Amino acid sequence: MTLTLGHFLSLGAMLFALSVVGIFLNRRNLIVLLMAIELMLLAVNTNFVAFSYYLHDMQGQIFVFFILTVAAAESAIGLAILVLLFRNKSSISVDELNTLKG
Amino acid sequence: MSQTLSASTLLIVPLAPLLGSALAGVFGTQFGGNWIGRRLSHSLTILGVLVAFIVSAMTLKSVALDGARFNETLYTWMVVGGLKMEVGFLVDGLTAMMMCVVTFVSLMVHLYTIGYMEEDEGYNRFFSYISLFTFSMLMLVMSNNMLQLFFGWEAVGLVSYLLIGFWFNKPTAIFANMKAFLVNRVGDFGFILGIGLIAAFAGTLNYTEAFAKAADLAQMSFPGTDWMLVTVICICLFIGAMGKSAQFPLHVWLPDSMEGPTPISALIHAATMVTAGIFMVARMSPLFELSDTALNFILIIGSITALFMGFLGIIQNDIKRVVAYSTLSQLGYMTVALGASAYSVAVFHLMTHAFFKALLFLAAGSVIMGVHHNQDIRWMGGLKKYMPITWITSLLGSLALIGTPLFSGFYSKDSIIEAVHESHLPAAGFASFAVLAGVFVTAFYSFRMYFLVFHGKERFDQNPDAHNHHDDHGHHDAHDGPHESPWVVTVPLILLAIPSVVIGFLTIGPMLFGDFFKDAIFVNLEKHPAMEELAHVFHGPLQMAVHAFTSLPLWLAVSGVATAYYMYMVNPALPTAIKRNAMPLFTLLENKYYLDWFNENVLARGARALGMGLWKVGDQAIIDGTLVNGSWKLVGWVSGVVCKVQTGYLYHYALAMILGIFVLMTYFVWLK
Repeated sequence: MTLTLGHFLSLGAMLFALSVVGIFLNRRNLIVLLMAIELMLLAVNTNFVAFSYYLHDMQGQIFVFFILTVAAAESAIGLAILVLLFRNKSSISVDELNTLKG
Repeated sequence: MSQTLSASTLLIVPLAPLLGSALAGVFGTQFGGNWIGRRLSHSLTILGVLVAFIVSAMTLKSVALDGARFNETLYTWMVVGGLKMEVGFLVDGLTAMMMCVVTFVSLMVHLYTIGYMEEDEGYNRFFSYISLFTFSMLMLVMSNNMLQLFFGWEAVGLVSYLLIGFWFNKPTAIFANMKAFLVNRVGDFGFILGIGLIAAFAGTLNYTEAFAKAADLAQMSFPGTDWMLVTVICICLFIGAMGKSAQFPLHVWLPDSMEGPTPISALIHAATMVTAGIFMVARMSPLFELSDTALNFILIIGSITALFMGFLGIIQNDIKRVVAYSTLSQLGYMTVALGASAYSVAVFHLMTHAFFKALLFLAAGSVIMGVHHNQDIRWMGGLKKYMPITWITSLLGSLALIGTPLFSGFYSKDSIIEAVHESHLPAAGFASFAVLAGVFVTAFYSFRMYFLVFHGKERFDQNPDAHNHHDDHGHHDAHDGPHESPWVVTVPLILLAIPSVVIGFLTIGPMLFGDFFKDAIFVNLEKHPAMEELAHVFHGPLQMAVHAFTSLPLWLAVSGVATAYYMYMVNPALPTAIKRNAMPLFTLLENKYYLDWFNENVLARGARALGMGLWKVGDQAIIDGTLVNGSWKLVGWVSGVVCKVQTGYLYHYALAMILGIFVLMTYFVWLK
C-alpha cells in the first residue's frame, strides 16, 4: 500500500472536523478551545504539505512555516488573554464568557 | 441701425428716475438717517423724471419724424445652455409712445403729489416709490426681450403692492395690497408659463428672434395633445395680461387698490401699470395673430370686463371707486380691441385713456382734498363754484371718457367699436354688443358722478360720518367750506386736460392709419381685416367727428348723459325708487357679482382646506409619520430582532462562521 494524496487529505479533513467538533462541544474550558484552533491550523498545514509534495512545489511548505509562526504568536496572545480573563473573572469556563456582544 | 438713438442716451431714461428714487429712498427716510429733507427729495425725484421725460420726448421725435429705431442688447447677464438672458432696449413707435406717456403722466403725478401728500409723514418714501415705479415701467416698455419684460412686470407689481399698502397701519390697505399681490400672482403664473413655452420651443427670449420663429411655432402642437402650441402660449401670456390689466375674473384687486393714496391710483392703477398687459399683447402681436382661438378668448374676456364692470360703476358711492370701475371698463375696451386684431387701436386708446383717466383721478383727488378727505359722492354736490379749475378739467376728462366728438376718447373708443364691428371672429358679435352697451353705461356713471360732485345741492356739511375719514392722512378743520387746491395740484390737471382733449384729433391719422406702428405691430390682414376696413372708412379726424352724429355710439352716450341728468338733477327721488324696486339686481351689483365672496369663501377657503389636508395627510401622516418616523421605527425593530442573535457565546459565533463558510463553499463549488 502506497500513501496517496487522498490519504493525507483524509487525515487533514479528519483533524479539521475533530477540531470543529472540539470548538462546539467544549463548554467548560477555554484552553481546550485554543488547542482546537491549533489543531485546525495543523489540519490545514497537513494539506499544504501534502499538496506541496505531490505537486513538487516548495511554496506550500514555505507557507506552512509562516502559519506555524503565526499560530505560535496567536497561542501566546490567546494564553495571555486567558490569564487576564482568569484574574478578572476567576473562571475559564466558556459558558460564563458571554460578554462578547454589542 | 440707427443714426440718432444711442444706447447711452436711452439708458438715461430709466436710470434717471431710479437715481432719484434711490436718493430719496435711502437718504430721505429713516433708513439712511433722514439726511435730505422734503424739498430736496421731491426736487431730486422730479428732476429725474423730468430728465426722463425730456429724453423720451426727443426719442419720440426722432422715432416719429426721422424713422430712427434702436434694437440692441446692452448687457448679457448670463447664458444658460443656449438661452441668453440679456438686458437690452427695443425702441420703435410703440415703445417711444409708451415712454412718453409713462414719463409725462409720472411727471404730472410727481408734481401733484407735492400738494396731495403735503401733510403725510411718508412724503419722501412716497416720492421714492413713484420714481421707482417710473423706472420699472420704463424697463418694461423699453425691453427687447421677455426676461426684462418680466423683470419690469414684477417690479411694477412690487411697487404697486408697496403703494397700495402705503398707509401700512390701516388694516384695509394691508388687506387690499395683499389681495392685489395674490391676484397678480395668478396672472404672473400664466405669464411666466407663456414665456417659458416660448423659451422652450423658440429657444430665445429676444422679441425679434422669437417672432422670426413664429411661423415654426404655428406648426407645432402642444406636446401630448393636439392643441396648437401658439394658442397655448398666447392664452398663457394673456392670463398674465388679465392679472396686470385687471380683466375679468382677475379684476378684483383693482377696485380695492383704491386704498392707496390718490396720486398712485392715477399713475399706477389707471394710466400706466394696468395698461402693461395691453402693451404686452400688442408687443406680442406676431404671436397672437396666429391663434384665432386666443383672439376669441381675448374678445370674450374683454367684452365681459367692458360691460359688467361698467354696471358696477353705476352703484358705487366712493368717488375713487367709480373711477376705478370706469378704468376696468376702459381696460375691457382695450382688450376687446386687441381681440379684434386692432392692436394699434388698443394702444391708441391706451394712450388717450392714460391722459384722461389720470386727469379724472387727479381731479377726484383734488375734490377729496377740497372737501376734507371725504370720498363719498353723496356728501358732495355743488362744488363747481368752489373748485373751478377742478370742475372744468373734470368736465373735460369726463367728456373725453364718454367719447364726445373731437375729444381724444372719442377717436379711440369709436375706432374700437368700429374695429369690433368689422371683426370676423365668432366672438365679435357679443363683443360688439358689449362695447355699444358700454358706451351708454360709461356715459351714465361718468355723468352721475360729475353731477353729484359738481352740481346740485351742496351736501358736504350733512355727511353723517364726517370724522370717519376714508383717506385719512390729513386733519383739516372740518368746518371750513370746500376750497380749490393749490397750484401744484391744479397745474397737472390743466396739463393733463390739454392732451385729453386734443391728442386723439392730432394723432389718430399717423397712429392708426399711418406707419407709426408698422414695424412694432403685426396684423395678418387676410385673416383679420378689421384695421384695413377701418382705414377704408377713415377720411380724416374731422370727418370722423361729423360722421359720429349719424352713428349709434354718440347717441347712446348722449342718452346716458341725459339719463344721468334726469335721475340726479331733475328727479333725485328716482334712483332710490329704482333701487327699492330692483333690490335683487341692486344686491347683485352691490356685492360685485359675488366674485369677492366666491374668491374668499370658495377659492381662499378651498385653498386653505386643501393646504390643511395636504399638511395633515401628506406632511404629517405620510412624510413625517410613515417615511421619517416609520423608517427609524423599522430600523429599531430590525435591530431589536438581530440583537437577540448576538448571544455573546463564542461557540454560537463560531457556528455562524462555519455555517457561513459552508454556504459560501456550497455556492462556489457546486452551484456556480
